[in-house]
Amino acid sequence: MNRMTRRFQELRRTGRKALIPYIAAGDPHPDQTVPMLHTLVQAGADIIELGVPFSDPMADGPIIQKACERALAQGMSLRRVLELVRAFRRSDMETPLVLMGYLNPIESMGYDAFVADASEAGVDGVLTVDLPPEEAPELAERLIAADIDPIFLLAPTSSIERVRRAAELARGYLYYVSLKGVTGSAALNVAEVTEKLAMIRTCTDLPLGVGFGIKDPLTAAAIAQVADAVVIGSALVSRMAEWADDPERMRREVGAWLSAIRQAMSVASGERAVL
Amino acid sequence: MVRVMHSPVNFSQFPDQGGHFGRYGGRFVAETLMEALHELNEAWRDCRHDPDFLAELDADLARYVGRPSPLYHAERWSRRFGGAQIYLKREDLNHTGAHKINNTVGQGLLAKRMGKTRLIAETGAGQHGVASATVAARLGMKCVVYMGAEDIQRQAINVYRMRLLGAEVEPVTSGSRTLKDALNEALRDWVANVDDTFYMIGTVAGPHPYPLMVREFQAVIGRETREQMLAEHGCLPDALVACVGGGSNAIGLFHPFLNDSEVAIYGVEAAGFGLDTGRHAATLCAGRPGVLHGNRTYLLNDDNGQIIETHSVSAGLDYPGVGPEHAWLKDIGRAQYVAVTDAEALRAFHDLTRIEGIIPALESSHALAYAAQLAPTMRSDQRIVVNLSGRGDKDIYTVAALDGIQL
Repeated sequence: MNRMTRRFQELRRTGRKALIPYIAAGDPHPDQTVPMLHTLVQAGADIIELGVPFSDPMADGPIIQKACERALAQGMSLRRVLELVRAFRRSDMETPLVLMGYLNPIESMGYDAFVADASEAGVDGVLTVDLPPEEAPELAERLIAADIDPIFLLAPTSSIERVRRAAELARGYLYYVSLKGVTGSAALNVAEVTEKLAMIRTCTDLPLGVGFGIKDPLTAAAIAQVADAVVIGSALVSRMAEWADDPERMRREVGAWLSAIRQAMSVASGERAVL
Repeated sequence: MVRVMHSPVNFSQFPDQGGHFGRYGGRFVAETLMEALHELNEAWRDCRHDPDFLAELDADLARYVGRPSPLYHAERWSRRFGGAQIYLKREDLNHTGAHKINNTVGQGLLAKRMGKTRLIAETGAGQHGVASATVAARLGMKCVVYMGAEDIQRQAINVYRMRLLGAEVEPVTSGSRTLKDALNEALRDWVANVDDTFYMIGTVAGPHPYPLMVREFQAVIGRETREQMLAEHGCLPDALVACVGGGSNAIGLFHPFLNDSEVAIYGVEAAGFGLDTGRHAATLCAGRPGVLHGNRTYLLNDDNGQIIETHSVSAGLDYPGVGPEHAWLKDIGRAQYVAVTDAEALRAFHDLTRIEGIIPALESSHALAYAAQLAPTMRSDQRIVVNLSGRGDKDIYTVAALDGIQL
């Protein structure tokens, strides 16, 4: 059993919903990424999505685009992201880490070299935004063989056939993009999300995460009532950017903010450890 | 007598159902766009062989675009080289001054059939933006054109043309602020507005079905060239030459000749300041395969897979990717890809202007420059067709500035 499966089993036992924060590796500075990962865990993160910066992040809104640009300007690369994972694993062997990014850096490194290196570094999942299930088997098979979970996106426009197709290849969890748009967009319709999740559940037993448009304790709590996991990206990344000049303060502010979200989710989902 | 040798690959069978040309092409986009691509593919499949759609398209190409475009024997210019005879396919004479309109007229009709009310497009030099805005004006649709902030500075005239035509020109300030970033931004817009919006991609790149669809709309160039050569000379040309940025004018000329293995095919990329300077846009000559903007193809990227900035004097060639069909044609050896520098292209620009009285686009000047190298290596009874993909009026400020002249 891999770290991800173990984590979701523990969560199910206590009725806790997974909080999955996203940060871009190397933003605002590569030295601050590993300490920030630990802060996120202390604030109640169950799984972390670590963004691999790419020069052309076509599915991301301005907040994450700028974070990628900042990280790339500091020389961040897929290889260096894997070094950061290795450094994080020296003191945390429990928290699953998912790399989230675009295909070209992986293509450039070569699938076999990437999978071997990611596995050795302690990566638990890989979410490649621009790799839909149709084009994914080559990479997904290699990941699964190394016990790394290929994570796939589902969208409001995904047909039931497409959901089935993704569910077949996916491991770990499925990530439902809760609105039409890029990361960091505004509106979130909980009723629509609930309805779509019900349809997705008819196709799979995998945990369902929801992301895009979740930005505060209120929206996180609402989603925690209907999904297995809540992903928070842009709202967190923009908070980090606010305090980028003062790393200590940044971790304190982000930690406090994420704890409040954790608290709201736990109350909303009736988590047993809290009640 | 027409001598036709069939090659072992039947080129009309590519791409496959998923849009693959060998290992290239495909659909590498976020899940949020897959359904939109599916819808587009279905609509396109229905229209592609529909006699009513094709009749409407042909009528527009004849009466609005001004097709067929002439095939002109550049006799004086050819004489200079003492070799092959050079013919120019005059896409510069199309409405709006370039081949781009062939595609936007086609995609515009498709958008109308799909009931879309808003067109979006990306543009580099502004030619595709102008061609999109033109079609949007004629169809009474809203139009938003994404253009890199850098390119907006370089191409003020085309920006104003688009605005005159009623389009909104949206400056893109992310990344390198050029064509590739404009494409990213257009994709983001499309994801958020899939219900009423049609995304007009201007070249034979992007996710399936764009490389196929744009090729089909541009293939009118090659079909006409073929008929014109056969009618006038009773044989096919010996060589075809076209510039390649994304590669739509080139594939448009090449595709109807791919099965004729006796026709040599040359795609000409922008070598900028020279391939060895690292400041160029010669993706096929100096790049390697990767994935960007929805397709697997050759890219200019660094060792970490980050896309690098390109340079060409011609904004229309200044792109770090290339259409996947070109990537495939290169690998299987059906087409040769070469590169000429800014300086060589500028020389051809001036020569054609002075010797034939035709001001070519800087993009097309790259093809002309290579034809000038190729012609002397061939016999005087052989024929080269160069795709004169656009006129150079838009480039006179660039050329004047390089010559130290302020207009």
